[in-house]
Amino acid sequence: MSNHDPPIDDLVEDLTRSLTPTRRLPGPGRRALAWFGAVLVVGLVLVPMSDVSGLRERLGVPDLQWAAFGAILTAFAAALAAFQSSVPGRSPVWSWLPLPPLVIWLGASGLGCMRGWLAPAANIAGPEEMRGCFVFLMGVSLPLSVLLVLMLRRACPLRPNLTAALAGLAAAAAAAALLVPFHPHDATATDLLIHFVAVLLVVGLNGLFGGRLLDGTAGSLSRRRKASL
Amino acid sequence: MSPRPTLLPGEASFSVAMQAAQDGDTAAYRALLRDCVPIIAAMARAKGVRGAALDDVVQDTLLTVHRARATYDPARPFLPWLRAITQRRAIDALRHMGRRPREVHEPLAYEAHADEAAIPGDDLERRDRAAILAAAVAHLPDGQREAIEHIALRELSLEEASALTGRTKGALKVNFHRGLKSLRTLLSPRHEGTDV
Repeated sequence: MSNHDPPIDDLVEDLTRSLTPTRRLPGPGRRALAWFGAVLVVGLVLVPMSDVSGLRERLGVPDLQWAAFGAILTAFAAALAAFQSSVPGRSPVWSWLPLPPLVIWLGASGLGCMRGWLAPAANIAGPEEMRGCFVFLMGVSLPLSVLLVLMLRRACPLRPNLTAALAGLAAAAAAAALLVPFHPHDATATDLLIHFVAVLLVVGLNGLFGGRLLDGTAGSLSRRRKASL
Repeated sequence: MSPRPTLLPGEASFSVAMQAAQDGDTAAYRALLRDCVPIIAAMARAKGVRGAALDDVVQDTLLTVHRARATYDPARPFLPWLRAITQRRAIDALRHMGRRPREVHEPLAYEAHADEAAIPGDDLERRDRAAILAAAVAHLPDGQREAIEHIALRELSLEEASALTGRTKGALKVNFHRGLKSLRTLLSPRHEGTDV
């Protein structure tokens, strides 16, 4: 490999010619806060439609409190991990950041399920309400995912599927946190399963489609050259 | 979540050039990309990329550097940022090569290619030869056996063998040559088929 390799020299010239001044991207922390700000705006928009008095009552229950807290933390941690993974050279350890809050979220939700068996008089959701929860989770997750993927596209994720999956987790957790004020019943195993399926679906869809959207190699010159051979 | 790495003095020029490139300085960008080419090639080679694939990795890395230039933070060192991109592109290239089917276009060369692996039974043969040699050495007179064992088999120097056996270097030399001669006789084809 020399500095006088004609194709590489040509490429260097092409890249230099196409250079335009670039605005440096803000750090991953600031970008994660910006996305989280958008989530808060969605939350504020939804406040008039929510059951605020019921929310106060539900947040008095420790496991529901912890589940909501875990979901909010998971959303922020996963968004921060996604933004970190979109910048070359950042430690891969960031990808594990959402794990502890995820454990809190799922653990507290799982504890809530036991109430159905321990307290038979608990307010348990019917199939119609569960369908509503699922639609809400998907309906809120998807636009939040799209926003996050669009923000991540401005960086350069070297592992696009991982970044997209983290983005999916952030969006699903944010949707679950936003669902709390609209959730007029206590957690049950079926309820948790619905949440879990929705989260997996959002993470999976993101990994599948978001990964392609974030993959910067699709248009690389050498790939195009190889494909034409 | 490691602490922010500090900028090494040698890396400062890369960092300054990248910062200038972010501001649109084409001359600095051209020089930076040219300086990066051998570094990228060395990093890709260290990842196991060889031959024509090396060129592809260099080109893909340069393209990714161009695309990712807004993500570079001048407060951080440049080379880890470049290494992360190069390593990912090298992994992509290696995966791509692994997926591509390989065909043999030269059946004659394929047939005539020597197998680098050990021949079946090679190990047994080596063990047999070692047993024959050990038996032949055991038949030597004490002085010659000592000299052969220490100097030829254990590969000690004359000084070490002398210190170990208490014999002079001259005596060891004489015994060693006599021992070799005796072994040559014992292991010659005329003795094949005997118990040695």
